[in-house]
Amino acid sequence: MTALALEVSQLRVVRQHHEILKSLSFDVAPGELVGLLGPSGSGKSTLMRSLLGVQSITSGTALALGEKVGTPALRRRIGYMAQSSAIYLDLTVRENLAYFAGILGADNSQVEHTLDVVKLRAFAGRLVTSLSGGERARVSLAVALLGAPPLLILDEPTVGLDPVLRQDLWRTFAQLVAEGTTVLVSSHVMDEAARCGRLLLLREGHLLFDDAPAQLLTRTRSSGYDDAFVKLIESPS
Amino acid sequence: MSFRRVFLTMRRIMQQLRHDPRTIALLLVVPSALVGLLAWSLVNRPGNFDALGPRLLGVFSLTVMFLVTSVTTLRERTNGTLERLLTMPLAKAELILGYAGAFGVVAIVQSALVSTLSYSWYGLAHQGIPWRISAVALCAGLLGTAFGLALSALAKTEFQAVQFMPAFILPQLLLCGLMVPVAQLPTGMRNVADVLPMTAAVHAITPAQTTSYYAEQFAVMVAYIVVALIAGSTTLRRRTK
Repeated sequence: MTALALEVSQLRVVRQHHEILKSLSFDVAPGELVGLLGPSGSGKSTLMRSLLGVQSITSGTALALGEKVGTPALRRRIGYMAQSSAIYLDLTVRENLAYFAGILGADNSQVEHTLDVVKLRAFAGRLVTSLSGGERARVSLAVALLGAPPLLILDEPTVGLDPVLRQDLWRTFAQLVAEGTTVLVSSHVMDEAARCGRLLLLREGHLLFDDAPAQLLTRTRSSGYDDAFVKLIESPS
Repeated sequence: MSFRRVFLTMRRIMQQLRHDPRTIALLLVVPSALVGLLAWSLVNRPGNFDALGPRLLGVFSLTVMFLVTSVTTLRERTNGTLERLLTMPLAKAELILGYAGAFGVVAIVQSALVSTLSYSWYGLAHQGIPWRISAVALCAGLLGTAFGLALSALAKTEFQAVQFMPAFILPQLLLCGLMVPVAQLPTGMRNVADVLPMTAAVHAITPAQTTSYYAEQFAVMVAYIVVALIAGSTTLRRRTK
């Protein structure tokens, strides 16, 4: 039996006396593309950081790829893209990738490969300071892809990007999933979330919805995803 | 611990510096020019530069490297790259040693340049041995780097980090023996002054002392470097509360 990509059970996170995550439970099978949605402040980033092992967990358990989150062995098996671009502005694109690849123990062919995946080859020699927001986001994604990790955790990867670029990125995610990667991606653009095989909807640290996107429309009797999202968020708990 | 990852980190920091020629110029030109100014200002008081110049070299290295390191590491903490690195297989000690290594190289180049200029152009005739002056400058530079790494954890913004400079450097400058010889300070102050890192840097330059006296001063500096580096690595948290 292959281990689940994610196994979260009664996960609680309390930070500075605020309960950010309130007993969350869900599983993610390998090869799923899961969208994590919720208004800002609902706990999306905290959940993602908990799964990466950089946020301490108050109670409950969380396993990634069959191992307890935060174990050193997981550090080269989860690709992470944070909301801040988290790359060195005063290095070129290629220098950034080469450094992170070196730390991960990935060889140089990985650097060249990810440059192609995020379509940044033409920018490889440019300093990150000279790049636009969208280009920086792609560099950040490229770092997450280094070493071909089986699990990707992407925190709002498409925020602030133009529609063409967003389309491109979602195609990239779909392709990665087709190759067997598990992707957990947060977003607050509903239309693109509908591309996920499954949606998790968070509100104030509770999981409100966990099903296929189409079910969201049925359940809220809505015709559009934006409408469905608002109805669900505003529904009495 | 992997020396490869320490080396990669060191190389990455050097690459960042290389893309910032203005900072390199400031790191090398400012201490050289300051020591030159000092030499010039003492031109009518023979012998004074020989006594003061080498001591100030250590002070400058410490100050400059403290500032550069605290701002650079603070940037690493705030722009998200530190969090990203800590989700990767990079040990905290590897990151810290990478920083110490990269800025150690800068401190060596800086001190070599300043001491070469001092002996050749500024007319320094110090009884100390040039390599000892360079060693002190290197230790002082590493002291600055180590304390910069540790204290950057206390700053939330670059603005705050810069203000740690007067808080950390100026009291030591007052007590290190440059203004008033340490032996002439009031007792309580002298006890404090005796254990400050900058005092050790200044004492290690004092001419005509015994070998064991010099060894003691270097031991004090190295001990401070190690303690501050360890303190710095404890401020890097892989996991936030």
